[in-house]
Amino acid sequence: MQMHARADAASDPTACWSDDIFAILQSFDVRQVPYVPDAGHSQLIERVLASPSMRGIALTTEEEGVALIAGAWAGGQRGVLLMQSSGVGNCVNMLSLTQIFRLPFLTLVTMRGEWGEFNPWQVPMGSSTEAVFELSGIKVLRASHPQEVREVVQAGAMQAYNACTPTAVLLSQRLIGTKVFTK
Amino acid sequence: MSKANLLDRRGVVASLLADRKGAIVVGGLGASTYDIAAAGDHDRNFYLWGAMGGAVMIGLGLALAQPELPVVVITGDGEMLMGMGSLATVGLQKPGNLSIVVLDNECYGETGGQVSHTAVAADLVGIARSCGIRTAQAMTTLAEVEAFAPSLQDVASGPRFASVKIDGANLERVLSSRDGSFIVNRIRGSLGHTPI
Repeated sequence: MQMHARADAASDPTACWSDDIFAILQSFDVRQVPYVPDAGHSQLIERVLASPSMRGIALTTEEEGVALIAGAWAGGQRGVLLMQSSGVGNCVNMLSLTQIFRLPFLTLVTMRGEWGEFNPWQVPMGSSTEAVFELSGIKVLRASHPQEVREVVQAGAMQAYNACTPTAVLLSQRLIGTKVFTK
Repeated sequence: MSKANLLDRRGVVASLLADRKGAIVVGGLGASTYDIAAAGDHDRNFYLWGAMGGAVMIGLGLALAQPELPVVVITGDGEMLMGMGSLATVGLQKPGNLSIVVLDNECYGETGGQVSHTAVAADLVGIARSCGIRTAQAMTTLAEVEAFAPSLQDVASGPRFASVKIDGANLERVLSSRDGSFIVNRIRGSLGHTPI
């Protein structure tokens, strides 16, 4: 088994719902996709990087993505920020921009630090992720099962892009699969 | 500051923006925002009153969205130091229409003039170049700034980076609008985008 395999990776559970997410982002004409890589987002990132209409933008730290989306919006394009829960804390001051500019801000966050987590270092930030967003004025939605990803992300994209309501969609570790650490 | 013959920041910015045409100009938190306001209010001025470390990334988002327009980020050494990683992100994306100008007074002027890393050790031009921004230069004279200014209009050969050594004088603040929604929607409107 690979070092970074997921417990249920054999069934490739992210294939279907990451395709759903990609189709939703396309339907909302999302053009800039800043990301810090995460295994749970890997298939979506591959789809974005292969897409002629979207630009995947690798970041050095997640807060860059918040500022990038503000610039994109000023220039007439929509963006979505892909990150892991540990990156949410890196964004806190920059999240001010979502309120200051009333940004159509959407972020999709793969969760760590919950649902059978092996690595204790992931737990503190994973535990505070939802509260950090709420304290920052960002609405939080969550998907925990493959069959609900489509409707939850669709709802998040609608309120973010149509109503300029900054929104985070948390993709539960239960959905993604618990990371397996093997020697 | 003890160093002689350093440039006046307002003169530098006025020179850079004298023939800006349709350029979108982002001013970093602090004196840089006052400087672009002092050069003249404009529909395409993106004034920052916060988001320290974010000026270059806002410029990158704009540059990718509007590849035919020049985008110019004018910011200070402290603001640039906080967002140093964004130079690596720009180096990867290589937007031809993005220019970054750091007004380097080697101190945090807005908070009392505390010395910054560029006074002693950090070489922002070297950092930019090492991040893949091949056109990166240090400037100490107004003639160099004036020679550089026309290149801001070239949307094919960027990204480019310049660090201009300026004096540490705290000038009178020229206060721009600080209403973020107004600032962004004014830029959007100038680009033909209607409100939601």
